[in-house]
Amino acid sequence: MTRIELTVNGTKHVQEVEDRVLLADFLRDQLGLTGTHVGCDTSQCGCCTVHFNGRAIKSCTLLAVQANGADIVTIEGMSKNGELHPVQQAFTDCHALQCGFCTPGMIMAISAMLKDNPNPSDDEIYHGLDGNLCRCTGYINIVKAVKRSAEVMQTHK
Amino acid sequence: MFEFNYIKANSLNDALKSVTEHPEAKLLAGGMTLIPTLKQRLAQPSHLIDIGGLQELTGIAVTGGELVVGAAAKHFDVATSAIVTQAIPALAALADKIGDPQVRNRGTLGGSVANNDPAADYPAAVLALDAVIVTNRREIKAADYFQGMFATALEDGEIILRLRFAIPRRAAYEKFAHPASGYAMAGVFVADMKDGVRVAVTGAASGVFRWTEAEQALAQKMSGEALDGLVVDLTNMNEDIHATREYRANLAKVMAKRAVQKLVSSTQH
Repeated sequence: MTRIELTVNGTKHVQEVEDRVLLADFLRDQLGLTGTHVGCDTSQCGCCTVHFNGRAIKSCTLLAVQANGADIVTIEGMSKNGELHPVQQAFTDCHALQCGFCTPGMIMAISAMLKDNPNPSDDEIYHGLDGNLCRCTGYINIVKAVKRSAEVMQTHK
Repeated sequence: MFEFNYIKANSLNDALKSVTEHPEAKLLAGGMTLIPTLKQRLAQPSHLIDIGGLQELTGIAVTGGELVVGAAAKHFDVATSAIVTQAIPALAALADKIGDPQVRNRGTLGGSVANNDPAADYPAAVLALDAVIVTNRREIKAADYFQGMFATALEDGEIILRLRFAIPRRAAYEKFAHPASGYAMAGVFVADMKDGVRVAVTGAASGVFRWTEAEQALAQKMSGEALDGLVVDLTNMNEDIHATREYRANLAKVMAKRAVQKLVSSTQH
């Protein structure tokens, strides 16, 4: 067991974790943040995507102990003061989810992508979502939602 | 995953001490290959020694006419570094094609080179650019370093600190990525170096290799047509559910031609 200190969605946590526990399982089982989904557990699907010091990573492929000292943001930390994050709102507006299982990972990947590239082209969106799979294959509306949120975020800067 | 103990190394000396103390330990950097391997119970290290955050393994600079990249540089760092983009744009472009964004945010140059996956992208650049792998013990030339599938010249307890890349006049990398994994079914790095042309192929065979016939043909004429009459040797080609060895050999040639076309259209240094 190792004692780790990390910030999750702005709240500091000090916890004892088994060395082999994955960050995804730590978030879900120890902190109860079940919005982070585990779809494949083989680093393919991106459902477990969270922000690690501001960058998108797959939390099923990182040990919780590696996140010691890190600043983590999960899907639960995206809305502020009861208002959805622009990417979340765009997913609702553009009907960018069907079953919704991939949605938290998509939103975390997209919000990180838009930080690097606030106005991505279609090709840049496909490249930026390489690490996220939607098995309902609703990609058309997901791409629409990326563009919608990019517009909104640029207007409200 | 089997049980192990995690050790965060705070310095290179710290890491080397832990490696000596725990002969059954494995080094962890980005973990993009190691953690999936552990999950599948394909490895059972006693300890994981985390060297991902070591200061001694960071830094990107052009020194003495070479590009020096720290082993802990993440693919994202290499892809977006102004220094890399200026010195060897093809290397930055290669890094931007590894895996996916989440993997590029964690995976490291040193980790990829130490692992030497036969379908990894970096080995093609390392071999084509005549890079030197600098470890805590010595300097290893790329030609001596890669020793076939997942095999390298690294000894137990040896840690890659950085790589030194010769800066080519022009270079380009093209790969046919497996649509699901993003790994190279065939990837070809062509470098127009001051002392000749070097062509390295990854993904197609049991390990990265230089395609010397193509190098000779391109030295005569740097054009995709120069490769028309050539055939990639089938001896060490991989064959699996994704492609036959003949298909992979042809794919390597097609990627080589595309890389040459890209190189020719790039600006000369």
